[in-house]
Amino acid sequence: MYTQGLDQKQKKSAADPADTPGRLAAFQARIDADEKIEPKDWMPSGYRKTLIRQMSQHAHSEIVGMLPEGNWITRAPTLRRKAILLAKVQDEAGHGLYIYGATETLGVSRDNLVADLLSGKAKYSSIFNYPTISWADIGTIGWLVDGAAIMNQIPLCRCSYGPYARAMVRVCKEESFHQRQGYEIMLELCRGTDEQKRMAQGALDRWWWPSLMMFGPSDKTSEHSAQSMAWKIKRISNDELRQKFVDVTVPQAEYLGLKMPDEDLVFDQKTGHYRFGEIDWEEFWEVLKGNGKCNRERLEARNSAHDKGRWVREAASAYAEKQAARDAA
Amino acid sequence: MTKEQALITYATRMGDNAIVMAQRLSEWVGHGPELEEEMAMANFALDYVGQARMFFSYAGELDGNGRNEDEICFLRDGWDYGNVLLLEQPNGDFGETIARLVLFETFYSLQLEALASSPARKLAEIAACAIRESTYHIRHASHWLIRLGDGTDESHRRVQHAIDRLWTYTGELFEADQVDRIMQAEWEGPDLTALREQWHRQIDALLSKATLQKPADGWMDSGGKQGHHSEHLGYILAEMQSLQRTYPGANW
Ligand SMILES: [Fe+2]
Ligand SMILES: [Fe+2]
Repeated sequence: MYTQGLDQKQKKSAADPADTPGRLAAFQARIDADEKIEPKDWMPSGYRKTLIRQMSQHAHSEIVGMLPEGNWITRAPTLRRKAILLAKVQDEAGHGLYIYGATETLGVSRDNLVADLLSGKAKYSSIFNYPTISWADIGTIGWLVDGAAIMNQIPLCRCSYGPYARAMVRVCKEESFHQRQGYEIMLELCRGTDEQKRMAQGALDRWWWPSLMMFGPSDKTSEHSAQSMAWKIKRISNDELRQKFVDVTVPQAEYLGLKMPDEDLVFDQKTGHYRFGEIDWEEFWEVLKGNGKCNRERLEARNSAHDKGRWVREAASAYAEKQAARDAA
Repeated sequence: MTKEQALITYATRMGDNAIVMAQRLSEWVGHGPELEEEMAMANFALDYVGQARMFFSYAGELDGNGRNEDEICFLRDGWDYGNVLLLEQPNGDFGETIARLVLFETFYSLQLEALASSPARKLAEIAACAIRESTYHIRHASHWLIRLGDGTDESHRRVQHAIDRLWTYTGELFEADQVDRIMQAEWEGPDLTALREQWHRQIDALLSKATLQKPADGWMDSGGKQGHHSEHLGYILAEMQSLQRTYPGANW
């Protein structure tokens, strides 16, 4: 899940008169019985809104995420790596399409969702506002970013909204490929020359903290988790997921022979978990607000693609209309 | 030139075509007119990378000097690259990319069909495998050419301009040099004169469906197969080869 802005962004909106106490209670009973909610079922307007926002953010993130990785396709160091990266980026486009499709079942159109992305109104994961400046960044993104995404998305496979849950099952399978391939890039670099090791360490230094931020604000400040939890849209809290991620990732870094950029990182024998340092939440909020290294470039790239493609889309619909007219004649 | 040498050069040229096309198509990722088209471009690029790997590995095997696919791809300079000029031209707009795909793939699938029955068995196998991909690419690109040609005034104008611009690079496809002649004589390679006629018939039919004008065969640029390239190839290689060149001998 790439939705770190979600929990705090939601404003209290006026209650929908259709959300009668009876309906709400019946809905909650279905959720509590672990029933899946399907597109045609009645749902509270807040549930629908929350899902639309979360799912569209997720889809946007898949799409914007193609940019930092696409940045290295033409420079991949071997043909095999080039093929793997191309396939990965293609998968991400597929995830985006698939999740947009699932979001449309909630009564919104992909065109409108994309328009919100392009105007800057909708959010996408801040992780993609960081630059990919070396080949090791591609390894690190697979290892950490896809790794964090899996951690987030596995519970979503049990999300109460059927189309989203099913989308996540499929997406998770591919993300775990990406994670392994990313780790494999890192392994190769860490077994390589001093320069390659330096490249790998540099990438870890830059991506570690942002990938911890992917899990969203701390539970202490995250106001909206409670409702999402009750609706079983969210099933595990931000901090719990983050801890799980740290616990599995630290030994992987050790195996690579890399040093985590965190002086406070220590294994706590009593709890069996790693304790880690304070996340720079100021950086998190700044990047979310638009003040990251690549925020402007990412949005400009998507807008430029959209604008330059307008004549193509217009041609396609003009042709389709002509064809329909010919068929009717 | 022995027939074995001709075969090595020929397989390398096929790989060069594939990888240069892959590089150009990859540039669309993240920048396409529709998400579906970005996926298609990435998918085609992936097909081409796969083909380049097969051609390069084959050339390396034949050569017997132990060069692997990556050494062939990343450690040769432009004058040793034998891709046709058409493929190294910049992408231009989406219409130009589509026009190039149509012009090249129509040739390429005919070339592959001929090679699929070559006595050079491995080459024939690679060709048979590539034909399936090529057929799909042509179908996709042809649909777009028709949509753009017969879409709006703007799209018609743009794609006509693209065809006109690229036409000068189509002559080279059918220009046989010594390598092509040995391939035809010794390995049942394509007869480029006959292939040219087939290509014209198919392109004529497609252009007319797309309501586009066929350009006159004026001056034709050529030389790519022999390593005489435009200024564009140098940049493609500089970008593609940068890691291999900066960190010689490293494993990735
Ligand atoms: Fe994904
Ligand atoms: Fe992924």
